[in-house]
Amino acid sequence: MVGSVVAALVVAGAVVAFAIAWRPAIAAIEPPSPQAFDAALVKRGRELAAAGNCSTCHTVRGGKDFAGGLPVPTPFGTIYSSNITPDAETGIGRWPEAAFRRAMREGVDRDGRHLYPTFPYDHFTNVSDEDDRAIYAFVMTRQPVHSPGRANQLAFPLDQRFVIAGWKLLFLHGGTYKPDSTKSAEWNRGAYLVEGLAHCGACHTPRNALGAERVSAAFAGGDVDNWHAYAINAQSPAPVPWTAEALYAYLRNGWQADHGVARGPMAEVVSNLSSVPDSDIRAIASYMADVFGAPAPGRKQGVEDVLAKAKSPPAAAAKLEPVGAAIYAASCAPCHETGRPLPYGGVNLALSTAISGPDPRNAANIVLSGVRPVEGERSPIMPSFAASMNDAQITALLNYLRTRFSDQPAWTGVEQTVADARRTQTVFLQTSPGPNNAPAEASQRDKP
Amino acid sequence: MMTLKVNGRDHQVDAEPDTPLLYVLRDELELNAAKFGCGLGQCGACTVMVDGKAVLSCVTPLLLLEGKQVTTLEGLGSIEAPGPIQRAFMEEQAAQCGYCIAGMMMRAQALLQRNPKPSDDDIRAELEPHLCRCGTHMRILRAVHRAAHLMQTADASTGRRSAQ
Repeated sequence: MVGSVVAALVVAGAVVAFAIAWRPAIAAIEPPSPQAFDAALVKRGRELAAAGNCSTCHTVRGGKDFAGGLPVPTPFGTIYSSNITPDAETGIGRWPEAAFRRAMREGVDRDGRHLYPTFPYDHFTNVSDEDDRAIYAFVMTRQPVHSPGRANQLAFPLDQRFVIAGWKLLFLHGGTYKPDSTKSAEWNRGAYLVEGLAHCGACHTPRNALGAERVSAAFAGGDVDNWHAYAINAQSPAPVPWTAEALYAYLRNGWQADHGVARGPMAEVVSNLSSVPDSDIRAIASYMADVFGAPAPGRKQGVEDVLAKAKSPPAAAAKLEPVGAAIYAASCAPCHETGRPLPYGGVNLALSTAISGPDPRNAANIVLSGVRPVEGERSPIMPSFAASMNDAQITALLNYLRTRFSDQPAWTGVEQTVADARRTQTVFLQTSPGPNNAPAEASQRDKP
Repeated sequence: MMTLKVNGRDHQVDAEPDTPLLYVLRDELELNAAKFGCGLGQCGACTVMVDGKAVLSCVTPLLLLEGKQVTTLEGLGSIEAPGPIQRAFMEEQAAQCGYCIAGMMMRAQALLQRNPKPSDDDIRAELEPHLCRCGTHMRILRAVHRAAHLMQTADASTGRRSAQ
């Protein structure tokens, strides 16, 4: 009797699990000709794909656009991005629009296989049918590239895709974005983009043990490619609080005079945003300014206050870190203390979030790699100091900068951070831009 | 007082630890190949090699050079016996006004020591931090390729003593 109940339960469980995990294949189509898509729709899709930062993960440095193959390191193993060109064999050329929409909304491919949530469908589920149609039109009119996918490196049981169905049960809350009628149209547009296609939380929200964003800590700061993605809510470590106007300028230009320069993965985001219309950037800025909220009482308010404070005698810091002080005077101050505004001068480091942030990763990365010019633009530049400073010297410099320009407690483990940053950057710095030099690790792909 | 090793020789230098290397090279040691361009590490004219790597001497304070080998363009050869990189730049007539060229040669030398057969893309990427307003870029590219070739042939022996 007991045995048959257990057997019935096992069977029932298996049926339920199957029902949860199983997704049907969607019939393949003949790859549609590019002329089959309306040009205006394709153009709209191009802007949306830029807002979605699609190319950053689906294109390998020096590789063909959207052909995939980028290794994305995760705590669970390495997952490779897929080929989303309209190639019939290795891309999505045989996917009907319904299959594309299902992938965006449910994270399931045309064959019915669950996709790993490195593809941020927990955000893309918010994208409207209309926008999915435009993005589909855009990707289906790209150059098809024959490039077979690479096998993910995941241990059992995570290499079993049905496991993802369980993850989705916990963390994928379907349904497109519902506007908040108490807010402005611009705010709602911004929320739709930020929570959906732009998937800002994928980097800026910390993740839990199962790799899902912690809803209760939205925008509280996360990690990406050996960079820290700063908190962009009330916990923001920026010395001067962000405003909608400042956010707009930063996202539009890649730098903002009171905050500094977008670097690392954020530089790619801003670069992609350059083809997104002004109205959408304003909408994102408007919504995010609300997420940042009013600055906490006692927080430094204006640029003048911050700079005035930074002018106070640095004697204590210099005494504490004489080596760092001397390096700063010779290597950093010529640009960062001339008073010339960005983009021609460096930002005063009292305004820099890298110095006031919770860990020294971003500051270490930037000292090592510098900032390369953006072609055809007035953009800030900074030389790399990887060849002239050793880890101990950069550590002394960072300790000095923290003491001198921030009222936050000293960082810990700075020398280890610098050593890690140098290790992940060495290959990148020596990699030539040729197509055969695609880095093996995603952490080396950023363009600071 | 610190000991600064430049082109294989030890120099006793009496300067503050935050003095930029460029000032010491030009003002104290009278090694004038490295040029003052912007003073901000943004133009590349002041480039020298430190332990074989290209470094911007205008933003490199002396204290970073303790125990390290500095090589300037003077260390790569002389007028009588130019090194391969210098010969190549002369043979390709890669200088117009020449102000940027010493820096270009130093970074190219560092590149060739690391990568004896660079591609055009390698050279372009490497020399990106260097500004040249005359516009001899194509000749500079050819000169670096020529230097790579010279370094691999026997008659480039004049450059052997360089390469620190």
